[in-house]
Amino acid sequence: MRMTLPLRSILSAAGVFAAALLLSTQARAFCGFYVGKADAKLFNEASQVILARDGERSVISMRNDFQGELTDFALVVPVPVVLQKSQIHIGDSKVFDRIDAYSAPRLAEYFDPNPCEQRRLREMDAAAPASVGALAQKARRDAALGVSVEASYTIGEYDIVILSATQSNGLETWLRENGYRIPAGASRALQPYVRQGLKFFVAKVNLAEQAKTGFSYLRPLQFAFESPRFMLPVRLGMLNARGPQDLVIYVLTRNGRVETTNYRTVKLPANVELPSYVRSEFPSVYKALFSAQAKREDYRVVWTEYFWDMAWCDPCAADPLSPDELRGAGVFWLDGDSPPVAAAQGGLAAPMVKPRLGGAQPVMLTRLHLRYTPETLPEDLVFQETQDRQNYQARYILRHAWRGDPSACPEAQAYFDEVARRQEHEAQTLANLTGWDLTAIRGRMDMQAISAPQWWERLWK
Amino acid sequence: MVGAAVEVAPTIRKLPLFADARAFQILFLATLLSIGVLLRDFALQPLQMLLAFAAGLATQAFWLKRLELQHRGFLSAIVTCCGLSLLLRSDTLWVHPLAAMIAMSSKFVLRVNGKHLYNPANLGVIVAISLLPGTWVSSGQWGSDLALAVWFLMLGTIVTQRARRLDVSWVFLGAFLGLVALRVALLGQSWAIWWHQFGNGALLLFAFFMISDPMTIPNRTGPRVAYALIVALAAALWQYALFKPNALIWALFLCTPLVPAFDRLFPARRFEWQQPAVPASVAP
Repeated sequence: MRMTLPLRSILSAAGVFAAALLLSTQARAFCGFYVGKADAKLFNEASQVILARDGERSVISMRNDFQGELTDFALVVPVPVVLQKSQIHIGDSKVFDRIDAYSAPRLAEYFDPNPCEQRRLREMDAAAPASVGALAQKARRDAALGVSVEASYTIGEYDIVILSATQSNGLETWLRENGYRIPAGASRALQPYVRQGLKFFVAKVNLAEQAKTGFSYLRPLQFAFESPRFMLPVRLGMLNARGPQDLVIYVLTRNGRVETTNYRTVKLPANVELPSYVRSEFPSVYKALFSAQAKREDYRVVWTEYFWDMAWCDPCAADPLSPDELRGAGVFWLDGDSPPVAAAQGGLAAPMVKPRLGGAQPVMLTRLHLRYTPETLPEDLVFQETQDRQNYQARYILRHAWRGDPSACPEAQAYFDEVARRQEHEAQTLANLTGWDLTAIRGRMDMQAISAPQWWERLWK
Repeated sequence: MVGAAVEVAPTIRKLPLFADARAFQILFLATLLSIGVLLRDFALQPLQMLLAFAAGLATQAFWLKRLELQHRGFLSAIVTCCGLSLLLRSDTLWVHPLAAMIAMSSKFVLRVNGKHLYNPANLGVIVAISLLPGTWVSSGQWGSDLALAVWFLMLGTIVTQRARRLDVSWVFLGAFLGLVALRVALLGQSWAIWWHQFGNGALLLFAFFMISDPMTIPNRTGPRVAYALIVALAAALWQYALFKPNALIWALFLCTPLVPAFDRLFPARRFEWQQPAVPASVAP
C-alpha cells in the first residue's frame, strides 16, 4: 500500500490539526497549573504529555505551549520523590510534533475503478524568576511555613525548585511569597498531594538563560523517576479551568496498550466511510466528531486514538520515530545498537513500514485523548499497561466514485445505483458521528443524481 | 424500580426453575453481560464468550462423569462462565476457554473440608492474567455513573438475599467504601472521589456476584464478617499503598486460603444451594 503525494499532505495536515486542536481552546489543563504574577489570563495552552513507562520507571515529558509573558510562567507538578538534577532534562519539542503526526487520526483514500473493467481497489493512504539564592536565604521563613526547598537547579531556560511541604496552606503562602500568584483554591487542591507526602516540582523561566537558548518558545521539561504509581496528577490543572479541557497523553510502553483503571477507556468510532468532500476539511470534521463523541459520553470517557507497535505502521501518517527520537521521547529501554524501527526516511514512498525482523526492544504507543471538566474527572488518572497488542487507529475512509458514463456498459448503471446507496450511508455516518445536520451534509455531497429504478421498472425490465 | 423488582421476586421464586438462587444469578449476570456488550463497548468477542461457555460446561460434564456426581448440575458452570466473560479480556480466542477449564476444574481439584477453595471465576481470572499472554482485566470498563450503580445494587441484593449470604456483600462494601472515605478525609480530597468509587460498576459486581459466593466464604456469620473486613482491607492496601491494578480480585484470591482456617476454627453447617439456607440466627 503506497501513499501518494496529495494524501500525504492531507495526512500531515491532520497531524498539524491535532496540534491546532489543542491550541484552539482557551483553558488548558496540565499536570500542574500555570500561575502568573500579573492579572493576565492564566491558562495552560496545549496540554500534551509523553509518558514512557516500564516496570516502575517513568519518564514524563511535558510540553509547554505557554503563550503569555515568560515572567508569568510557572509550573507546579507533584512528584513522588525529590528529583536529582540529573533526573531532569530539557527535551525537544519536535519530538512532540513527530509523535503527534505519527499517531494522529488519519484518512485513507480509495478510488473506485472503472466498473466496466475488472473491479480492483487500490488503497491509498492515504512567574517572575526569583533567584535561587534568595530562596536559600529565606530558609527560616520556609521552615515556619512547613515548606523546605529540597533542591534547586537551573536547567536550560528553567529555574527549578523541588519542594516538600507539611501543610498546603504553608505551601500556598510560600508560593505567593515567592512571587507566584496562585489561583483560588490552590491550597485545597494541593492538600491531598501534601498529605500523601509527594514533593513538588516547581519550574519557572530564567530569562537570561532563555535568551541564550535563542528559542522563542519554551522547550519541554522531562523528568525521570521510579515509583509504583502509574498515574498523572491532572486535578491541579483544573484550577484554571473554564469549560471543558483537552489533554493528549502519549504513553510509550514495552508490552501493550495502556488504559485508565478508574475511568472508561474507549476507542473512538473509526474505520468508517465518510463522504469524499471531507477530504479537504478533515481537521474540522475530526474536531466535530471528537466533540460530539466526548459530549455524548458526558466527558466521562478517556478516548483511545491510536495504539500500535512503533516498529511499523499501516498506513503511516508520518515516518516512524527513529531510535534517537524515541530516546528523546523518554524511551529508556532501547538496546542502543539495534534500531527499533525500520524508519522510512525521506522521500514520499513506503508509507507502510514493515515489522522489524527482531532484536530490538519493542515500543508500543498508546495515544489517549480526553476532554473533561472538574466535575467529570474527580480523580487523578490512574493507568495500567494491559497485554493487549491489537493495533488500533482512528482511521477514516474515503471512497471516490468512478467518474464515467452511466451508459458506458450494463455494469455502469448498477454501479451508480450502488454508489448512490453508499453515499447516503456515508452522509448518515457523518451526521451520526459529528451531530451535523443530515440535509446540510447531503447538500454538500456530490450525490449521484441517478435515481434508483422504480419497482415497476424492475418488474417489466 | 427497586420496590417493583423486590415484589416480583417472591412470585418468581415459586417457579421450579428459580428455586435455586443461581438461576437468579445467571439471569442477572446475563443481563449485565448484555448491558456491557451493548451499551458499554466491552472488548469481548461473541466467539470468546461462546468458547468460554462450551469449555466451561464440557469441563463440568467431564468432572461430573469422572467423579460420578449425579446430583450436581450445570448452574455454577454457567455462573462462572458469565463471570469470566464479564471480567476477562483477551487478544486471542483460546484464553477464555482455557480459563473456563481451569476455573471449573479447580472446583473439583482444589477442595478443602468438602468445599472448593477458590471462587472459580476469581481463580480463572487470576491464572489468566498472571500466566496467559495477551490477557487483561479492564477494571474501568463500567465507568461510574450512578444510575448503573443503583441497578447493580438492586440485582445484587436479590441474588444475595436468595443465597442468604447478604452479610458478606454489605460488610465488604461498607468496609471498602469506609476505607476509601477514610482516605478521602485524611488526604483532604474532594468527596467526589468517594462517589466516583461508589459508582464503580466493578466494585458492585465484585461485592454482589463474586465475594458473595456462599461456597467459598466461611460458613459461620462471625468469621464471614471478619473475612469480608480482611478482604476489604487487603483490596484497599493493594490499590492505595501498592498502587497496583485489579485490587478486588487479587485481594479475594490472596485471602481465600483463610476460609478453611476460619471453618476449622469455627465449624458450622455448610451452605447448600438447593436447600433452604441456614438462617443466620441458627448458625452459632
